[in-house]
Formats: sequence, C-alpha cells, structure tokens
Amino acid sequence: MRSLAPILTVLAAIVALWYAGTVRLNAQWTYDQAARAGVEVTFRELLADTMAQERPVLPAPHQVAQGLWDGVFGQKPSSKRSLVYHGQVTLSATLVGFVIGTLAGILLAVGIVHNRAMDLSVMPWAIASQTIPILAIAPMVIVVLASIGVTGLLPKAVISAYLSFFPVVVGMVKGLRSPDAMQLDLLRTYSASPAATFWKLRLPASMPYLFASLKVSVAASLVGAIVGELPAGASAGLGARLLSGSYYGQTIQIWAALFAAAILAAGLVTVIGVIERGTLRRMGMDR
Amino acid sequence: MSWLWGAVIFWLAAWAFNVWLANRPVARSRAVQLFIPALFGVTLLILWEGIVRGLDVPGVILPAPSAIWATIRASLPVLAGDFVQTILKGALSGYLIGCGAAVLTAIAIDRSPFLQRGLLPIGNFVAALPIVGIAPILVMWFGFDWQSKAAVVVVMVFFPVLVNTVAGLAASERMQRDLMATWGASYWQTLVKLRLPAAMPFIFNGLKIATTLALIGAIVAEFFGSPTRGMGFRISTAVGQLSLDMVWAEIAVAALAGSAFYGVVALIEKGVTFWHPSQRGRT
Amino acid sequence: MKDTAGIATPVIEAKGMGLTFETNDGPVHALKDVNLTVGKGEFVSFIGPSGCGKTTFLRAIAALEHPTEGTLTVNGMTPDAARQARAYGYVFQAAGLYPWRTIAGNIRLPLEIMGFSRDEQEERVERVLALVDLDGFGRKFPWQLSGGMQQRASIARALAFDADILLMDEPFGALDEIVRDRLNEEVLKLWARTEKTIGFVTHSIPEAVYLSTRIVVMSPRPGRITDVIESPLPKDRPLDIRDSPEFIAIAHRVREGLRAGHGDEV
Repeated sequence: MRSLAPILTVLAAIVALWYAGTVRLNAQWTYDQAARAGVEVTFRELLADTMAQERPVLPAPHQVAQGLWDGVFGQKPSSKRSLVYHGQVTLSATLVGFVIGTLAGILLAVGIVHNRAMDLSVMPWAIASQTIPILAIAPMVIVVLASIGVTGLLPKAVISAYLSFFPVVVGMVKGLRSPDAMQLDLLRTYSASPAATFWKLRLPASMPYLFASLKVSVAASLVGAIVGELPAGASAGLGARLLSGSYYGQTIQIWAALFAAAILAAGLVTVIGVIERGTLRRMGMDR
Repeated sequence: MSWLWGAVIFWLAAWAFNVWLANRPVARSRAVQLFIPALFGVTLLILWEGIVRGLDVPGVILPAPSAIWATIRASLPVLAGDFVQTILKGALSGYLIGCGAAVLTAIAIDRSPFLQRGLLPIGNFVAALPIVGIAPILVMWFGFDWQSKAAVVVVMVFFPVLVNTVAGLAASERMQRDLMATWGASYWQTLVKLRLPAAMPFIFNGLKIATTLALIGAIVAEFFGSPTRGMGFRISTAVGQLSLDMVWAEIAVAALAGSAFYGVVALIEKGVTFWHPSQRGRT
Repeated sequence: MKDTAGIATPVIEAKGMGLTFETNDGPVHALKDVNLTVGKGEFVSFIGPSGCGKTTFLRAIAALEHPTEGTLTVNGMTPDAARQARAYGYVFQAAGLYPWRTIAGNIRLPLEIMGFSRDEQEERVERVLALVDLDGFGRKFPWQLSGGMQQRASIARALAFDADILLMDEPFGALDEIVRDRLNEEVLKLWARTEKTIGFVTHSIPEAVYLSTRIVVMSPRPGRITDVIESPLPKDRPLDIRDSPEFIAIAHRVREGLRAGHGDEV
C-alpha cells in the first residue's frame, strides 16, 4: 500500500500528459475548420473543441472512457456494437487456446525431463522458437484453416495455443528440474519409483515456475487471439474491432477496443495471480 | 505412397539413432549436442516433404519444403527488400531507440524512489498488455512507411527493458555500496563503476526479450498498412493470393532474422557479462 | 569505564557516544554511552554476541552510520571529514570484489575513484599485491581464486590508498579454521610492517586474543562496552603462543567478561 500514492501520482501525470497531447494533436483540425468557416478561435474554444471531436487524432481520456462505457453498458451484450460481445469472442478463443497450449506444454516438458533423447532433440528448438516472431504466421493459419473449411473459434485458438505453448514448456522444464541433487538423492535412499519422485518432488517443486510462465503465456495467448482476428474476414472480436476502427478512422473505437483488451489481459493475469497465491499458500511455498 | 512410407521410416530410423546417441557418453560433447537437434530438425523437414508428396497435399494448404526453398531462391531480391524494410528500418531502429530510451529513463528515475514505486507496477502491468494493439493508432500518426513500425517497436520494447534495468540497478549488494561510500565515491562514480556493471545481466535479459518483441511489432504493424514492401505486407498479400510458398519463405526469413538478432545480442551479453555465474560455465 | 591514560596521539575518540535506530517497533538502542580512545598503531578487537553493536561502532567510525548522541572523532575530525581525507580502509566479512574486474582492477578501483595518476595506480597495485602475497595474481578474476585469496585481495584493496586506519568487520568469519589461522598470522605481519591502527570485529575469542593489543568486550541491549582488556602479549606472536598460560589467562578473562555482560541469557 506504500506504493499507492506514487502509482496514483504517476497515473495522474500520464492523464495530464494525455490531455496536453490531445489539445496539441487535435488543434490542427480545429484551426483548419475555423479557417474554413472564417472565424477566429479563442483558447477556451480551442480547448473545448479538441476534446470533443468525432474523429480526433488522439481522443481525450474521457472520450475513451465514454466509448468504453457505451461499448460495455450502453448496448445489448449480443449487439455487434457491444464490447462485451467482441470481448467474449476473443476471450473464448484465448481460453480454449490457453488450455490446449498449457496442457500440451506440460506434457512435452514431462517428456523432456524424463527422456534424454527428447531433451537433446527438442529442447534447443523450443528455446530457439522463442526468438522467432511466431505471430507472423497468424494470418496464414487463419486462411489455411479457412480453406479447408475450419472457421470461427478454432483457428484463433490454434494460434493462441501455439503462442502459450513454448513459455510453458521452457518454464515447466526448468521447474521440474529445480529440485537439487540433495533432494533427489534423498528420494533415491528411499528407493522411490520415478513416478513417486515425479508426484512427490518434481511436480510440487515446479509450481512456482509453472505459474510464472502461465502469466506470460495467458498474455501471449490473448495477443495471439487478437492478431488472429486481424486478417480480413473476421467480423467479431477485439482484433476485428481494432481493424475496422483503423479502416474507418474511428479513433475512439480503436482506443476503446484497446483498453478493453488491456482490461481483459490484466484480468486474466490477475486471475492466475490469485490462483497462484492460493495454491502456493496451501503448499506452504508463498513468500 | 512410397514417399510417405519412406519419410516415416527415415524419421523412425533417425529418431532411434538419436535415442541411441543421446544415451552414449559422447552425448556430453559439444559437437553431438549440436548434431542431435540438427538431425531432429532435418528429419522433421523430410517427414514434412514426405507427407506433402505422399498424400498429395495441395500447395495452397501446405507447400513442401522443397517448393518453399525454390521460392526463396527465385525471389531473393524481393525477400531482401522486405528484410531491409521491416527488419533493418522498422525493427532495428525502433529497437535501438526504445532500448536506449528505456535505459536512460531507468537512470533518470534512479534517484527518485517515489517515481520508481509509481512507475514499476505500471511498467510491469503495461509489459503484460497486448501492446501490438496500438499499431493501428501509430500507423495513423506516423504514416505507412517504416517510421510507424519503428514507433510500434519503441513502445513494445520500452517497458520490458525499463523494468529489467530498474531491477538491475537495485541489484548491487549493500556491502559494495558501503565500500564505495567509505572511499568517498560520488553518485556518478558509484553508478558507472558499480551499479551499471552489476545491472548488466538484468539489462541484457530485457534486451533479449525485446529482440523478439521488436520483430513481432514490426511485422504485425504492417498488417495495418504499409508501402508495397515489407515482410508483414508480403505475408498478408500472399495469404490473400493463396501463394503460401511465399508466406513460408517470409516466415523462414523472419525465423532466421529473429534467431540471428537474438544470437547477436546473446553474444554481446557473453562479452559484457563474462563474469556472471550463468556465463562462466560455458567457454 | 577503563581507559588507558597517556596515549600519545588519539586516532579514534568516542565520548558518551550513542546510536539509536528508529524502527517500526520503536527505537532500538544499538549503542549507548560508549567511551573509548584508540591510539596510533594499536590493534583493537571488538568482541561480543550479535546485537552488541560492535559492527555498528565500526560502521560509525567509517561514517556509514551516524551517532545520535555524544561525539566521535577520527584523527581529530568528524568521521565524514576523515573519510574525505581517506583515513580508513574497510574490509567486510565477504571479500566483495567486483566479478567483472581482475584482482588488479579491483585494487585499482578506490585509486581510480580518488583520482590517483595512472602510473601511481600501477605502482601501488604492485606494492600491495606483494604485501598480501598475491604477486602474479593481478590478472586473474576473483572467481578464479579461493576464498582466502579473495579476502587477501580485499585487504590489499583496503591498503592500496595508504589509509592509516584499517577497519575489519569479521574479515575471516566465512573462512575455515586452517585458512583463518594463516590469515591471522599474515595480518599480524602486515600490522608490524605497516604500523597501521587496526579496528577488528570478531566472534572468536582466540582470534581476538591472538591479534590484539587491546580487547573491547561488548554486550547487547543496549549495545555497550563492558570491559577493555590490555594484552600483555609481546608484539611478536608465533601461532603457538596460543598454548601459553598468559594467552589462556586473557582468553579466560574475555570469556568471563562476555558471560557477565550477557546475564543469564545464554
């Protein structure tokens, strides 16, 4: 709580800068309008106008908040203009992909830890793949799957799964290997079976690592779903909302969709954080 | 069908060989540790080729590696032009500006614990957001050319590097700072001689994360508008024309560029932080 | 308070010194009413259980903490002024060498900060390396050396800028007994050769008795001095002096002092 005041201060500074930016960036349009109408604008009029344009270069914070509010509460949730509708489209793809990617990642990590050949063959690729801009494949996956008749949620979930897969593999391998030699030797003196070693030592020890990578991968998964909605054709989802906003110059719509995505991401990471804290506390591993 | 069976049998044989090799004592040598994943990668390519040829998969769904290779060789000038536009102009310039700004900002707020306590949680928060989403806005502001891509990259790499640098600047031990104090060192002397070197492993951690982000930002931003060159532009138009061999060619270039970019940063890291325990083991 | 009168030049002088930390659980009296005068060329050990303020006292001398009551002077100046005049070298429990600098580079560090010329830096580095028996190791990195050698390098670093006071805070606490004996011998030789004033914090009774001309016994809550013991041992001390009756007698007295200060807490 000690950091509440500083955070609020920084946030206030950001909002202030944003308002200043709004006036600065939108002034040109106001001046042009006034020149066309042949009138002078006072500073007061300038301020009022820059913050109330319909397609501003930079919408004022309250316009974005208004857009967000309208999008969430001003429409029926089933309406095409509702951010709830678009958000839930994106969210469902994110979650399906996240679950698939996480499960596959954990399985592969278990395989890597228990099989030397898999470790040596696959692990370098898993690490190398993190340096590759996988996201660039997204549009292709969508189009290819569409050409064989798979559309809707699944193609986006595939991208999400793919993006959330690698962080989980790398984190989980590190976690399953985190018990030190002494702890493993101790279990060996009990003649514990590999299965018992896994369930009683490796898996519990890997939990902090798993949650750390889950936070990364759920965020990646959301980015994947949003980018998966970018190729033309997608009509629903926050990504589609961003794209249509950018086609029609609806800046407020873009910013509102952007904030909706940010809130969604923050929410997902927070949920994982809460589960993490609960789990680690029950395991007696919280700091 | 013989293609398919041949590929599958080759794959199984290579896998068996890998298993055998991995359980030999020679598996500890560096050459073998490079050879095993390389063989694994090659067998995947051959299996891919075999499946595509054996099952007659149409090129609009999955082109064979040989077809992709042919496309790469045939369109080298195009690929090179896209590489310059997206990687060198968009990603690299944005990366340098963004990382530089982040390190300077971290040093600027270093003397104010108040600002740090305020900025860090926000930085951490922003680093987890889908920042690529600001691409359409920045494309509107900075135009279609590489400047808007660089701007997206700047925003994307800024926060991870900032957060890591601030953490790094706090990483020097209290004892070592006390030692500096007993010698009457000034703030800047302590910063340059102790805290910045001690922060390097953290800073490079951020810089490595940022390499991938930079490429993603530069490519995805092109989906929102670009001149008629660039990797993102090529991918989205080639997808539209269903010429997937071209898409895969661009992906291969992106993968290569991404690994090389990361590799260069990792090499510099190795030179700068040779003293860190994580770097000492492997020489 | 027992204090030897007639010390030629007082180097460290504490009069009624106290130091209180403000914590969330209220004030903590780390030091209370400390009176001590250390003369030039003395080897003074501070011994006592943890929390007795021995480290705090050493840190106060080095201006890393500031007394809240009484006065503390170093060479007749405030500790801060003495620091600016490069009055002391400080050796911590861990060597604290910078892993990215060679041994020579580490020893050069304070010289760079204090603005010595390049030639003089080189010359001094060579000289102190020889002093701690590390000639030829200047180009190694700290992590290529054993713990004992690292600690010797950190002593060389403290000697490099010719401070006349050497403050050592449990410098050998993390080392094993055998290495510790060797380094104790070397510190004595170093002290004889350089004639520096040394303040030495330790947990170990034999170490304190073996090294010191005076032993300051301290006790906690509040941190204070309970006894100051003059050592009658000669300046030249082979390791086996520790079996002599004089040595055992002083060690006994130190132990008694520690027990008295401790009350019945142990």
